[in-house]
Amino acid sequence: MKIIVCVKQVPDAKDVRLDPETNTLSREGVESIMNPYDQYALEAGVQLAEEQGGTVTVLTMGPPQAEETLREAISCGANEAVLVSDRAFAGADTWATSYTLKRAIDKLGEFDLIICGKQAIDGDTAQVGPGLAMRLDIPFVTCVQKIRESSETSLIIERMMDDGYDVLDVPYPALLTVVKDVNEPRVPSLKGKMKAKKAEIKLLTAEEIEADSACIGLAGSPTQVVDVFPPPARGNRTVLTGSVDEQVEQLAEQLKDYLQ
Amino acid sequence: MLIVNSELCTGCGDCEGQCAFGAIEVVDGIAVVNEECTLCGACVDHCDFEALTMEGVEKTVQADLESWSGVWVYCEFRRSELAQVSLELLGVGRKLADARGVKLSAILIGSGTDDIAGNLIGHGCDTVFTVDHPELAEFSDETYGRIVTDLIIEHKPEIILAGATAIGRSFIPAVATTLGAGLTADCTQLDIRESDGALMQTRPAFGGNIMATIECPYSRPQMATVRPKVMKPMEFDGSRSGEVIDVQPTDDQLKKKIRLVESVISEHDNVNIQESDILVAGGRGLGDEKGFELIRKLADSLSADVAASRAVVDSGWISYPHQVGQTGKTVAPKLYIACGISGAIQHVAGMQSSDTIVAINRDENAPIFDVADFGIVGDVNEVLPKLITKLEEKRGS
Repeated sequence: MKIIVCVKQVPDAKDVRLDPETNTLSREGVESIMNPYDQYALEAGVQLAEEQGGTVTVLTMGPPQAEETLREAISCGANEAVLVSDRAFAGADTWATSYTLKRAIDKLGEFDLIICGKQAIDGDTAQVGPGLAMRLDIPFVTCVQKIRESSETSLIIERMMDDGYDVLDVPYPALLTVVKDVNEPRVPSLKGKMKAKKAEIKLLTAEEIEADSACIGLAGSPTQVVDVFPPPARGNRTVLTGSVDEQVEQLAEQLKDYLQ
Repeated sequence: MLIVNSELCTGCGDCEGQCAFGAIEVVDGIAVVNEECTLCGACVDHCDFEALTMEGVEKTVQADLESWSGVWVYCEFRRSELAQVSLELLGVGRKLADARGVKLSAILIGSGTDDIAGNLIGHGCDTVFTVDHPELAEFSDETYGRIVTDLIIEHKPEIILAGATAIGRSFIPAVATTLGAGLTADCTQLDIRESDGALMQTRPAFGGNIMATIECPYSRPQMATVRPKVMKPMEFDGSRSGEVIDVQPTDDQLKKKIRLVESVISEHDNVNIQESDILVAGGRGLGDEKGFELIRKLADSLSADVAASRAVVDSGWISYPHQVGQTGKTVAPKLYIACGISGAIQHVAGMQSSDTIVAINRDENAPIFDVADFGIVGDVNEVLPKLITKLEEKRGS
């Protein structure tokens, strides 16, 4: 079974803040991490490959330093890693990103399953997974919370809905996006780390994936950011004072309008 | 690439302030672009001296922009019920349609939609396309996606809105990809720009730490998923008139590769905390599962729903659909009461857009107090029983 897991390197959220004075994202000391949802996607891929016998190829589009994230993925069980990187990809929105990933996957040959995280924590769009499935002309399921059964030809999965969940029978080839509940990602082993260090990362450029320049990067992006600004400031804060009983009384007074 | 014209640049520094990514700074009297540049272009329009240009980017403008007309709303219908967000979308859709001087249409897909279609007209739309078929009783990305895509290709609306729900955020991205349309996720504000009628879509990014306004200048349709509970529905007006158009799905549209085995409705608690008006959320500060019962009690007295921090979900005190934050759900209720939650940025990212935030925590330095409107420093196990009693007294009086 051949599984492709798509990952993204993102800035660690705890470090990202908009400086209200300068209106700028403070990036000082911001560390890059593997998008948290993608860690679950990777684990799901590695577990399936172990169960069914197969390989996991981890794929990312990003700047050269995204290689770190690919090595981390190898230390957690991925067999191969592919970095799709080119200045021409800069400024890509989800439409251009799914195009680029599709072209790269075409170069990697046959596959049975593609797994992505539900969304990346920097953009929060959750659009690349379904978009990629459409471009590959395969069915997809988003927000998978459990993989109940796997076989050589299909999966039985639970997909999170707003009011519960749907149980679906998904034949290969297909694309899944996963949420946190799907598994518990493993910690890299020492052996895995050694392997990651030595692993060869395959690099694909825009030319190598034979990308149409009108479909990649900023030029290929139908959406365009025209303004970035801080969220509206929160209202006046009320500091409650006095003993715990007095504070509780003040709070209950504030909340009484919500009582039905 | 972003190019700085050194002859035009005065080194005024305006662009520095415009860049959210810290990618441009003035060095020796001239703007310099660094590696952080995402080519978002926010600085280009803001430069008074036209010293900034985006080069090497040739956008092809779709030839038939003008022939796309009308605003469409995908109205989500599941288990014989219309999702509340659909009415909110008709409310904002009506405003957008009026601003453009065009019709507002609804798409309703499902089985047994008869009574609903007429109602939608009273809620603001001029036309309802109903696609009613027994095979469509259950949601499927494949069937729903194909039907919506084909309707859009046939009628060419300029704007399409859908709820940013589990369903909307799943199949709408697939539709947009097929159409080559720009799609903006989870919008919290939508406006029409007067000068050219473009849809301006505003949404939070980086876990709500920044807001971004997005447009689709070169192509149609313009598509957006919209966060539930943000837009206001129109007052129902039974005297409104409109047209209901029945559309029969084709065999091709009804083909499915993925088979639904069963659809399970969660029995315990309301798990759709994104639709809740009031949320009482518990964190590790409650000590143990028994302590978490206090959260349910407070929630009961406020007719609220229960939410939780990641730590609590990982400990198994409550199920994952209740988790708020970066790897859980993003919520924005009228009232959010955080009990024993320290307020790590990963949690705050999921709730900082709530109207009113109350925090109860033992540690006065806990970051949750930075976003709270009201805060009590104290042990939740002491404060909550008192608060519940007090609220019962107030209810009585």
